[in-house]
Parts: sequence; structure tokens; C-alpha cells
Amino acid sequence: MTNRMISRRELLRFSAAGAVVGTLGACATTGGPKGKVVVVGGGWGGATAAKYTRLWSAGSIDVTLVEPNRNFISCPISNMVLGGSRTIDQLTVGYDGLRGHGVNVVHDSAVAIDAERKQVRLASGQSLPFDRAVVSPGIEFLYDQVKGMSAAVAETIPHAWKAGPQTLLLRRQLEAMADGGVVVMSVPLAPYRCPPGPYERICQIAHYLKTRKPKSKLIILDANPQVTSKGPLFTRVWKEDYAGIVDYRSNMAVSEVDVGGRRFITALGDSVKGDVLNLIPPQRAADIARDAGLITANNRWCDVDWVTMESVKVKNVHVLGDATLSAPLMPKSGHMANQHGKAAAASIVEIMNGRAPVPPMMANTCYSFIDDKNAIHVASVHKWVPEKKTMEIVPGASGVSGADRAQWAFEGQYAWGWAQTVWADMLG
Amino acid sequence: MRSTIAAALALAAWTAAPALAQSSPDTARFVAGNCANCHGTQGVAKGAMPSIAGQSKERIAEAMRAFRDGKRPATIMHQLAKGYTDEQIDAVAAHFAAQKAR
Repeated sequence: MTNRMISRRELLRFSAAGAVVGTLGACATTGGPKGKVVVVGGGWGGATAAKYTRLWSAGSIDVTLVEPNRNFISCPISNMVLGGSRTIDQLTVGYDGLRGHGVNVVHDSAVAIDAERKQVRLASGQSLPFDRAVVSPGIEFLYDQVKGMSAAVAETIPHAWKAGPQTLLLRRQLEAMADGGVVVMSVPLAPYRCPPGPYERICQIAHYLKTRKPKSKLIILDANPQVTSKGPLFTRVWKEDYAGIVDYRSNMAVSEVDVGGRRFITALGDSVKGDVLNLIPPQRAADIARDAGLITANNRWCDVDWVTMESVKVKNVHVLGDATLSAPLMPKSGHMANQHGKAAAASIVEIMNGRAPVPPMMANTCYSFIDDKNAIHVASVHKWVPEKKTMEIVPGASGVSGADRAQWAFEGQYAWGWAQTVWADMLG
Repeated sequence: MRSTIAAALALAAWTAAPALAQSSPDTARFVAGNCANCHGTQGVAKGAMPSIAGQSKERIAEAMRAFRDGKRPATIMHQLAKGYTDEQIDAVAAHFAAQKAR
């Protein structure tokens, strides 16, 4: 009975989509575009959605991308800037590739998404009309969950969880620290952006300390009960490669920052002092998503229809990336945001052509560098499960790197190949 | 119970049919979007990552099945290849076979 109801509803939705498209289709016969898409945010999800909407519609859908930054700087690989084996320039890509696909790239900030009037308002005062908006807003930090913490304090106690100036600030602090110093890092409770990211960062900072400042220590206060991703692999690396440097402590949520005293205070009252402090704050979907009414879960994340990536609450607005309420075992990763972007592009192209959207397949690969050359991965393939109305991992289609360390050197080469290829897939 | 499941499956097949009839003639490209992250938008990868564009359809499909069935060793593809049906593998193989090797 439930199946019958869902099926009927799905059919109704498809035919409703067909009706809307019918009117847009009329424009196409007169040579105009099939529709207008405005993409808010030029990161992993948004850039991919913009490019693939142009590609898969053979240029028949107008796409405007709104992104305040002149260049994209990749969060994946940015931990290696902290470790010293990559520069920020190597992770920086411009938006000219998207312009080459006919995307109208506007370097401005979106200040409002008006779903009723179907327009995105920009800081400059300009308004961009849309038939469908794609919002890939990224994250905002919940500074108020850590006493004493704020955006201003992050200028001295960096999060380095958005790549760019923050990455370079933390790198400078590590360089300025004397040998024998103590670095203290705080990891928030999951879910947060990039599950293995904090643990890769531990390896990268430890690699820098081991090779350049071997008398130093790195203390990690992790709010989680255990390592969130690739746990057995990371804990093995810390033991085999970074013994005496890495001091990992689980179930240690930092609840207060003493800026003057340069220390973290945990929920249980422990006080841990450091020469360099790195606090990764808890997170939620960014302000533009909140202001547009897209946040639906725990005041933090945006629930979407996984077939189309459309918001469950705001029609004609699709939400991508870390801002979404993740499907079961779906990581908040850049690679996955790229897959969200393609799912949104595919569904928009189908809908604007009067066809039913095709339920997506999504694959994830996260490589983590454990030093300057070797990497380990976690991978999974996710499919739409209609009876549960969500995405799930295809049984058997997931896993992490094997135990043979000789393979990790190959994976290091693949990881750098992955980075260059996926940046080109988004922006090239 | 069994008859309920059978009825549900029959219903699913019935509802899927009109949706499929309406879908784009080239939906393989959407699944190929899973491969593109590592192997390139048109199947041409950078650095050590292998390119797949322009290889024969048979060769790509055989490789995927060998990864899936554990007959060809890999760092990662033996895990990812298990995510796809034979139909998806054949469709994606044809898609990348039709791309230009560079």
C-alpha cells in the first residue's frame, strides 16, 4: 500500500514537472534557452553543477555562477600545505575554464535567495532571475558552542578548515614554533566537513614536526569516541611513524578557549596548554542556506530529495555538498559534493527537457596523505533506494586501503592524480 | 508475504516503465559522471591516474568485471566496481569508448 502511494506521488511529481517544462519548452522552439539556472557558490558542488548543466544540456540552459572569490582554493590536499610538501598555489584554480563552457561567472556575494520571486539578490544590488537555483553554500562555524571562541579569535587560533589565508596562518604558526613546542588540535563531534580530514592533518603536522622539530609534541582532543574515518589505518600510522609525537585523546570535547592563557578547556574540565592551537569548530550549513529557509535538520543541515537534490522545503532550489543532511554513511567530502553537483545537473537537464529525472549513482573517494608521499583511501558507491527514499551504499561496494604499506606509495601518486583530475572535472 | 513482495515488484516495474521511456537517450553519461572525478570528464586523467578514453568498450567492461570479481588486483577499483550492475558497466564502457583518447 505504501509503495502504491509513493509510486502515485512520484508519478504525479513527474507529470507536474512535465507540465512546467512544457511551457519552458515553448521558448526552446523559438530558439531561446530551455531555462535559467543560478548557482550560488563556486566550490566542489557548485562549480561541478554549473559545468555539467552546460555540458549535459549541450549549452541549451543558461547558467550563472555566483562566487565571491576570484579563485577556487581546494580544501582537499590543503593539509599538505601544513605539512610543508605542497604550496597553496598548487591548490588554486581560476574560473576561466567554466567561462569556456559558457557559464556566466559573477564574482559577487549572494545575499538572498527569493524562491517566491525566483531570484537571487547580490551584494552589489543586482538581482538574477532563475527557473531553478542550485545552492552549494558550504559551512559556517558554530563558534558559540565554544566559550571564548569567535571569528575574531580565529585570526590567532585558526581553524584552517576553509583553505586559503587560514591554512597559511596555521602554517606560519607551526614554522614560528620552537623545537620542543606543543601543538594542540581540537576535533568536533561528527558530522563535520571531511570526516578523515582532522586525522590526515594529524599526520601532516606530525610529519612536519618529526622531520623539522622532532622534540615537539602534537596533542589531539577529539570530541568523538573514536577516530571517525579510517580509524585502524590512522592509529597504526601514528604508532608506527609518529610515536612520541602524536598524543591522541578521544572523548575530549573542547568547550572553552582561554586565548590569553593559550589553552583549551574540555567539557570535563581538563586544561591543555599549547604553543600553537588549532580549533576546528562544530559546523552547520552556511548563512545563505539558513536565511533562505533551506535548513531543516537540527538547525544545522539541509534535507534534500536525493533524486533531484531539490530542497524538501523550498521548491526549485537544489542544495549540494557539506550543507546537506547527509544520507546514511555518505561523507561530507569534496568528491561527494562533485557527485551532488552532477546529480543536480542531470535532474535539471531532464526536467527542463520534459523528462523524468533519473535516480543518481554517486561514488566517493577520499585519499588522505599520511606523510609527503604515501596515502590511504576510503571509497564507496551509493545508489538511490526508492523504498527508503534515500541513498545507501551498494552492498559490498566500499572499503579502505589494504594493510600492505608498499601499496600506499602508489596510492600517494594516485591521490595527487585524483586531485588534479577532479579539479579539472569541476573547473576545467 | 512473498506475494506482497511480488506485487510490490510488479508495481515497481510498472511504474518504472513510463519513467524509463521518458528518460534521455544518453543516461549512461550520468553514471559516467561517477568515473569522471578520477578519470576525467571525457575519460582523460592527469598524473598517475589512468585515462580510459578511447579504449574499446569490451576492454573497459572486462576490466570493470575483473575488478568487481576480484580477478584483477587493485588499490581501490575492486571496491568501487562492486557498485555497478552489468548494464551500467556496459553503458559506461560504451560511453568512454566513444571519447577521444588524447
